[in-house]
Amino acid sequence: MNNPHPAGLKDLVARQIPRRYRAEWLFEKAGLGALVVGLGFLAFFFYTLVMNGYTAFWQSRIALDVPLTAAVIDPDGTRDVDLIGQANYQGLLRDALRTRFPEVTARGELRSLFALLSPGASFELRDRVLTDPSVIGSAVEFWAVADDDVDMLIKGHSSRDVPESDRRLSDQQLAWIDALQADGAVEKRFNRAFFTSGDSRDPELAGIWSATVGSFFMLLVTLVLSFPLGVATAIYLEEFAARSRWTDLIEVNINNLAAVPSIVFGLLGLALFINLFGMPRSAPLVGGLVLSLMTLPVIIIASRAALTAVPPSIREAALGVGASKMQMVLHHVLPLAMPGMLTGAIIGMARALGESAPLLMIGMVAFIVDTPQSPVDPATALPVQVYLWADSPERAFVERTSAAILVLLVFLLLMNAVAVILRKRFEQRF
Amino acid sequence: MEVAKTKAPIIPGSGQQEEIKAASNEPSLRSVEINLTYKTVGDFAVDQAIMAARDVNVFYGDNHAIQHVNLDIARNEVIALIGPSGCGKSTFLRCLNRMNDTIESARVTGEITLDGEDIYQRQMDVVMLRARVGIVFQKPNPFPKSIYDNVAYGPRIHGLARDRAALDDIVHTSLRRAGLWDEVKDRLEMPGTGLSGGQQQRLCIARTIAVSPEVILMDEPCSALDPIATARIEDLIDELKQNYAIAIVTHSMQQAARVSQRTAYFHLGKLIEIGTTDVIFTNPSHKLTEDYITGRFG
Ligand SMILES: Nc1ncnc2c1ncn2[C@@H]1O[C@H](COP(=O)(O)OP(=O)(O)O)[C@@H](O)[C@H]1O
Ligand SMILES: [Mg+2]
Repeated sequence: MNNPHPAGLKDLVARQIPRRYRAEWLFEKAGLGALVVGLGFLAFFFYTLVMNGYTAFWQSRIALDVPLTAAVIDPDGTRDVDLIGQANYQGLLRDALRTRFPEVTARGELRSLFALLSPGASFELRDRVLTDPSVIGSAVEFWAVADDDVDMLIKGHSSRDVPESDRRLSDQQLAWIDALQADGAVEKRFNRAFFTSGDSRDPELAGIWSATVGSFFMLLVTLVLSFPLGVATAIYLEEFAARSRWTDLIEVNINNLAAVPSIVFGLLGLALFINLFGMPRSAPLVGGLVLSLMTLPVIIIASRAALTAVPPSIREAALGVGASKMQMVLHHVLPLAMPGMLTGAIIGMARALGESAPLLMIGMVAFIVDTPQSPVDPATALPVQVYLWADSPERAFVERTSAAILVLLVFLLLMNAVAVILRKRFEQRF
Repeated sequence: MEVAKTKAPIIPGSGQQEEIKAASNEPSLRSVEINLTYKTVGDFAVDQAIMAARDVNVFYGDNHAIQHVNLDIARNEVIALIGPSGCGKSTFLRCLNRMNDTIESARVTGEITLDGEDIYQRQMDVVMLRARVGIVFQKPNPFPKSIYDNVAYGPRIHGLARDRAALDDIVHTSLRRAGLWDEVKDRLEMPGTGLSGGQQQRLCIARTIAVSPEVILMDEPCSALDPIATARIEDLIDELKQNYAIAIVTHSMQQAARVSQRTAYFHLGKLIEIGTTDVIFTNPSHKLTEDYITGRFG
């Protein structure tokens, strides 16, 4: 036996071993630590959001016995929908309150009594009568939406233990609320309006529907524009263009664009689409265009990565049997790259959905109550709605802000889940 | 074809470099720098050439990977290309159906003809060329599609079948000739990527012969396969030569001896020696060939 390391090798290696294991242990623990810190922040973020926001999905309502006097609602007995719709429902609700608290007679006191109800309550009563006109003439039990100050008190967000002058509700109003609660006439019910109505100055009436529709139109425009363009660009650069100084330059620029702050795209959109092309302000169309500019580099980069991941052997196989370059791309490369491209597109879209800064630049920060019917109607978007509410002074907007963020997060989660599912569905072994 | 013949410096049956040099003094469409600095041992030309390469040079950037190679491929023969790694066997093979076009840095000069037509001239459609000169790669590369679609792909894009029945016929015949039919006839809709390595390679051969090429190029088709799968492919090559001309690159000298009629030995980009397989393996003329054959390097 001719051992070139007589005993020495073993010693040398043995001396190294503890150090290697120590390095490995350190690396592993550092990674774990980073993960724990990250998850901790995430958990804290979700915890505060949920704790702040979940109450917004319920809304306090006050039960009233409302006499639907035919003389007020439908004096001529014609059951004419237009006439019924114009009746004085607010008066009916006030009458009901006055009946409940007969001792209140002074004007000022009456005003603060009526303030317990939301201005939106009369619209709900009207809708109830319109859907079922047969109730006219009878008295119904109606759960009227409470004012946001009442809502905050019921939910425990505002305190009774501060001097009256620092409170939104007077001692008298508190007494009335206590009386109603003692009757079991105050309840928290599911807040449908939050999901079905648009923005409002009154928090108890404000909802995310119009912002959701605005975001939807915007993402539609973004998807329709940026996905085909991005994929086509990636295919051209990756499969057709000869590598040259120009393609390198283009590549560097695309990578740079992906890192440009989004507000810059907003300014570009303002200058280009609104000032130069005269497109409407506050429109999802313009928002979609701006977000397309922003998403395009992301989709191009993801699509190029997906294309490079397709093994060259597949391309050779296709060319080898006489496929043209176009056939090679369409029949073989694109189907294999599609999952990656879709994932990239959805991640880009998710980013676009969460974007607010560029939308501020193009006027999508306006106060918009109506639900947009098309991409050129004025609209706002979910993140901008969050921004607007976060900026509002009313205490009741705090929980709505968190709730809107939660809804936004659910949408983002759904989009990412779709990305994962698509990837799993279309993933092919090669 | 006539045009190509008059300007093509190809003299069937002559193996003399000097004659080639004389003939190539005529102006060529592509300005090829004719500089026959290397003389191959043996007769590179044949009577019944289906493909002929004359003074072929390939450059990858500055790397002169193939240098002044002259070689004919006869009808119904199997010609083996052997030589140490990196000597340019694959590069030369890929010139024959212009697969090198896909490599940006690659530049090919010289002349290669198929049935007398210069395949590098502008009128030659590369799609048509690759249908006529099929290729089987080193690593089996079936499409991630069904077995049927793998074989049917070529006929489909070239419009070789009028209807589904005709396409079925082509697919079944090709699978039979590739010796794969019995193993896959019940699962044509299964993905081709689910087959074993040897089956995948035979599927790739079936895919290639489905477009009825005139020449089949094979680049180390068995190097990723076990001995049993290798033996099956070798039997298959033996059968296929009834109908096709086959050029096969191989690292295995036994394989070259078993399947080929002629053998070409490449070394550092040069075609050193060409001759009948018997002679090359039993009585090589060139020192380099002898060293390689006897296993002194490679
Ligand atoms: N795609 C390529 N780009 C640049 N150089 C290449 C490429 N393919 C092969 N080469 C070079 O060409 C020479 C011949 O390679 P190749 O034909 O693959 O040899 P073989 O198949 O005989 O092993 C080698 O020097 C190799 O480095
Ligand atoms: Mg090779």
